[in-house]
Amino acid sequence: MSLMHYWRAMWGIIGRELWRFITQRERFISALVRPLVWLFVFAAGFRAALGLAITPPYETYILYEVYITPGLIGMIQLFNGMQSSLSMVYDREMGSMRILMVCPLPRWFLLLSKLLAGTGVSILQVYVFLIIAWFYDIRAPLEGYALILPALVLSGLMLGALGLLLSTFIKQLENFAGVMNFVIFPLFFMSTALYPLWKMKESSVLLSKLAEYNPFSQAVEMIRFALYGQFDQHAFFYTLGAFILFMAAAILGYNPSKGMMVKKGGPN
Amino acid sequence: MNTQTALAIEALSFSYSGKKALDQISFEINSGECTILLGPNGAGKSTLFSLITRLYDTHAGRIELCGFDIQKDTRHALAKLGVVFQQTTLDMDLSVEQNLRYHTALHGLSKKVAQQRIQQELERLNMYDRRFEKIRQLNGGHRRRVEIARALLHKPALLLLDEPTVGLDVPSRLAIVEYVHQLAKEENLAVLWASHLIDEIYPDDHLIVLHKGQIKAKGTVDAVLESTQTTAIKDAFYNLTQGEQA
Repeated sequence: MSLMHYWRAMWGIIGRELWRFITQRERFISALVRPLVWLFVFAAGFRAALGLAITPPYETYILYEVYITPGLIGMIQLFNGMQSSLSMVYDREMGSMRILMVCPLPRWFLLLSKLLAGTGVSILQVYVFLIIAWFYDIRAPLEGYALILPALVLSGLMLGALGLLLSTFIKQLENFAGVMNFVIFPLFFMSTALYPLWKMKESSVLLSKLAEYNPFSQAVEMIRFALYGQFDQHAFFYTLGAFILFMAAAILGYNPSKGMMVKKGGPN
Repeated sequence: MNTQTALAIEALSFSYSGKKALDQISFEINSGECTILLGPNGAGKSTLFSLITRLYDTHAGRIELCGFDIQKDTRHALAKLGVVFQQTTLDMDLSVEQNLRYHTALHGLSKKVAQQRIQQELERLNMYDRRFEKIRQLNGGHRRRVEIARALLHKPALLLLDEPTVGLDVPSRLAIVEYVHQLAKEENLAVLWASHLIDEIYPDDHLIVLHKGQIKAKGTVDAVLESTQTTAIKDAFYNLTQGEQA
């Protein structure tokens, strides 16, 4: 197997995912509507209720909409990661996952390519969201838009790997509602996406601790700092660690001898 | 034409939580041969296919594709394999060509080679003019043709078909049966076809009758008829499976 084979297969997987996303207009629109509603309605409403002190990376007082923007970027990637897991379950039910699994490449590589493809789609959504936010007067320093890219790759991979891992546990498509209630909502609300840690500590120390250890919080903070041209080392390594952990567990889950595929039993 | 062993299975067993789905099965399939795997529901056909495609690990026994052990040399073994699964595994929202291109990318074919092979396989099935149509627009028979074309793009030595004609109308079914038999001969391809339709068997085919995880008979159609002392496959099958429906 030559390196060229890996390269072609990876681009085949990424290209297919991007093409599917672009052609599924409803999916594109709904992926954007969600964070925009939060930005235009929720954040505008909460602007008066929440007072925010000056905390890094911000150098001045900011509007709540500005604070929430990195959180909403995280939300886009979180939903996208979970959507990928949904599509993996769908693919498995529909059988197209089998086509991927019988191609002569290592499974870890195929799963990683799938993950990169999902991350690519989420980054596309994030940039469209940022453009709309720009016209809504939520603007970061110009270099921030370039510096955010590596952060988005890592956070997208981490959340995608979490989705991938979940897909090994979900038996049927219908169980996705459970993912929504037990994974997406707790991860999102128990994070720094909507409110800063110090603010949370005022009302509940436990909640602030949970938010601090939540990998989604760390991904949001990494994005927040990157958008303002800064590197949050702690958030970066925490997100990287979470990615490695989730990915390793997902690869194990898809391993024919050890993973869930066997436990699920066959169609026979 | 050279005859070589495309698939060799030796003492293969598999259990689901203690329940035996396959019990010590062994057989070989050579290039140019069309082997029909007959068995009632629950006989172990799908388990066998899942093991050959390495969806599950082989714990007991051996599976070799063109001499490559599926367990130890998985990638070389899988490169020799073309599969048409029971369920459609095409992407409905992509065109025929996009679906095929995805497959050629997964098998590492260059753009030029991919284009040549796609044209060749689709032309053989009279589908080349429809390459830009979305799969959703095709009927069941045409979708199956695309899947067969896809399974052949990387020039496999063994073509595995898991009840590919289920749900198709009679003309589409017959056309696919005819086409696959022709492929085995002309391309010197080894074919393993799981079926429960006796009329899909040709007189010069090889047969494997699987029942409750065990091989009840194997060999040419004539040999199986002789061993069961019957004159029709239907009767032979009935005898071997104690009256269960295929």
